[in-house]
Amino acid sequence: MAKGPASAGTAGGNLPPLSLHVPEPPFRPGDPVDYSFLQIPAAGAFARPDEGCATEETHPLCHGLIRVLDEDHRAVGAWDPKLDAETMRRMLRVMALTRAFDDRMYRGQRQGKTSFYMKCTGEEATSVASAFAMDNEDMVFPSYRQQGILIARGYPIVEMINQIYSNRADKLKGRQLPIMYSSREHNFFTISGNLATQYPQAAGWAMASAIKGDTRIASTWIGEGSSAEGDAHAAFTFATVFNAPVVFNVVNNQWAISSFSGFAGGERSTFAARAIGYGIAGLRVDGNDALAVYAAARWAANRARAGKGPTLIEHFTYRAEGHSTSDDPSAYRSAHEQKEWPLGDPIMRLKQHLIALGEWSEDQHAVMDLELAEQVKAATKDAEKNGVLGHGLHHPFHTMFEDVFEDLPWHLQEQAEQAIRERRIKWPTWKEYE
Amino acid sequence: MMTLEEAPLSLAQAPSRRINMIEAINEALDIMMERDSNVVVFGEDVGYFGGVFRATAGLQKKYGKNRVFDTPINECGIIGAAVGMGAYGLRPVPEIQFADYIYPGLDQLVSEAARLRYRSAGEFIAPITVRSPFGGGIFGGQTHSQSPEALFTHVAGLKTVIPSTPHDAKGLLIAAIEDNDPVIFFEPKRIYNGPFTGYYDKPVEPWSRHEAAEVPEGYYRIPLGKARVVRQGEAMTVLAYGTMIHVAEAVCREKGIDAEIIDLRTLVPLDIETIEASVKKTGKCLIVHEATRTCGFGAELSALVQERCFYHLEAPIERVTGFDTPYPHSLEWAYFPGPVRIGEAVDRLLKA
Repeated sequence: MAKGPASAGTAGGNLPPLSLHVPEPPFRPGDPVDYSFLQIPAAGAFARPDEGCATEETHPLCHGLIRVLDEDHRAVGAWDPKLDAETMRRMLRVMALTRAFDDRMYRGQRQGKTSFYMKCTGEEATSVASAFAMDNEDMVFPSYRQQGILIARGYPIVEMINQIYSNRADKLKGRQLPIMYSSREHNFFTISGNLATQYPQAAGWAMASAIKGDTRIASTWIGEGSSAEGDAHAAFTFATVFNAPVVFNVVNNQWAISSFSGFAGGERSTFAARAIGYGIAGLRVDGNDALAVYAAARWAANRARAGKGPTLIEHFTYRAEGHSTSDDPSAYRSAHEQKEWPLGDPIMRLKQHLIALGEWSEDQHAVMDLELAEQVKAATKDAEKNGVLGHGLHHPFHTMFEDVFEDLPWHLQEQAEQAIRERRIKWPTWKEYE
Repeated sequence: MMTLEEAPLSLAQAPSRRINMIEAINEALDIMMERDSNVVVFGEDVGYFGGVFRATAGLQKKYGKNRVFDTPINECGIIGAAVGMGAYGLRPVPEIQFADYIYPGLDQLVSEAARLRYRSAGEFIAPITVRSPFGGGIFGGQTHSQSPEALFTHVAGLKTVIPSTPHDAKGLLIAAIEDNDPVIFFEPKRIYNGPFTGYYDKPVEPWSRHEAAEVPEGYYRIPLGKARVVRQGEAMTVLAYGTMIHVAEAVCREKGIDAEIIDLRTLVPLDIETIEASVKKTGKCLIVHEATRTCGFGAELSALVQERCFYHLEAPIERVTGFDTPYPHSLEWAYFPGPVRIGEAVDRLLKA
């Protein structure tokens, strides 16, 4: 007795016992890393179907990997977007600015200027190249690691820092966790901390655009981890049913905090392949290849704009840093993963491509990096004049109660008065500054 | 019936006729779709078929499939899409077929619609009205009978509206659709066709015999946050909404109690002035709702009355509610806070 499960020896007793599969990532801290098991097709290996093709024609691409930049830094194959050098230099610059910004903000958090920060190191191409492929009028429903889109669209980085510091100039009035930006002017939807909620919203926005006979499309982002949320299923279903002009991006950076992609189903299939079941177009792209990302995003945007419906794009990439400043990835993954990652670094790859074309040089790149570091430093200084988190220079006290509703109802008015009273009890000479 | 401030000047001359609550809701949707091309109506079975309760009947034919359509059976998608449409600039009026089915959409309501304005400092809003039939008394069992209003009144940023008559249903729904904040509009389905009094063993009189079914033609709105004094009285204040208005009214009529019955109409924002003035006048307060008792909206009402009217109270506040069980099918009437349960509470208040 007690040698097996309680049911052993009863019904089905001659059958082997079932066992639960709990996914385990290939490498843990201290492990040597060998990514040779990953299927990495050569750049240029895949045909590029017409943007208006039947969805089935994209399905081989759901299991493949669209790549443009080859080992010799050349752009090859049908997916080469054939961008002019100036556009590629601008793209490179925005990606490098995004990285410089991340580095500075990360340090700022460590210096106690704010509570929290999230870098997108290694994933810059997934957002920046996508932004270049869209119209600035197209609506973006981002997740939390798409700062590159906001920067690409010209949102002032000093405003981003004001938001990160939650200071008195923060356009979001200090209400949101750092990096949860919003800019209606830049068609960048307010970021939620609840994962994947933006997915069905993007489908709804795209439906609205279609209802109104508009020409703008929506584009939305989640990570591979949160693709497990029911919201993703809701979004795919609504988008396919109503043929909504929306592009679904899944940034597969391999890690959702400490859970590897296997906990979202990555051991069984690709994330792009989910498109197949919904009957929507799907593309799987080398997320560290800015030209491939641009080409895929452009393909999907053109398709949506032509009334051919939604596309799901999986960006296969690697989260080079921790999930956030609150995370220590050395506690759960091998430190060798990043340098062994077979798809390299998106900024370095685009830089090498431009150099190979004779359109860029190491010296120019070094000068650019210095300029960008100075630009971020100057913006940081400007933002700091408006205060950093926890140093008093926040928005006026009463703003806490505003915007819960369009008008202030009596119960919030009463609570606002209480908050002011508490303030005066603690600091009798306290006055609200203007 | 209607105060002057609620009614446009022309309303006094507007022709009216008696219609039931479904017709009143359908009319409100029709009027708002006519007036505002950004109003869109969608949900499970609401398009061609016109809704399982017929609330959207005829709208697709009149306004086209672009503005009135069926959706997948996915409440997360229905409300999530509505949030996105609202961000675009539409004014969506999604239907959740039964309030019992709203939970898959809860995150989109609680974390998204309710907070868009706040978290974006007003850049994005969710001018959505989620219509949903709620409440029991139709042998709907545990999955077609719930009253989940307290889940929504607890959320900062959501308004919750519950009409009790065809007249109010039309005016409140128009106001809800025009409101720039997300509104949960719960329709007491037991009284869609007539003002059910809780005497389940007696025939229900149709709305056509009730003066609150007198509904003006055309546009009018009843402001959110304003209660309606159904009946003035001195013996006690009854706070209720939805179906329970009619049950409480019948009990008081039967017992000959001179109660002041207040139909809250909007739970958030609540008309505290009307409540406070009434309880201070009567000195006694009975709260009635069909929803489960623990942490029900009655608990909030009881606390507010106690905080504001304590020195005027002559008796403990009474709460009459559904029991803290799922809504049972065969024992529906044992669950329902009907005339016996209300009568007992009324007697206790009178004796106090």
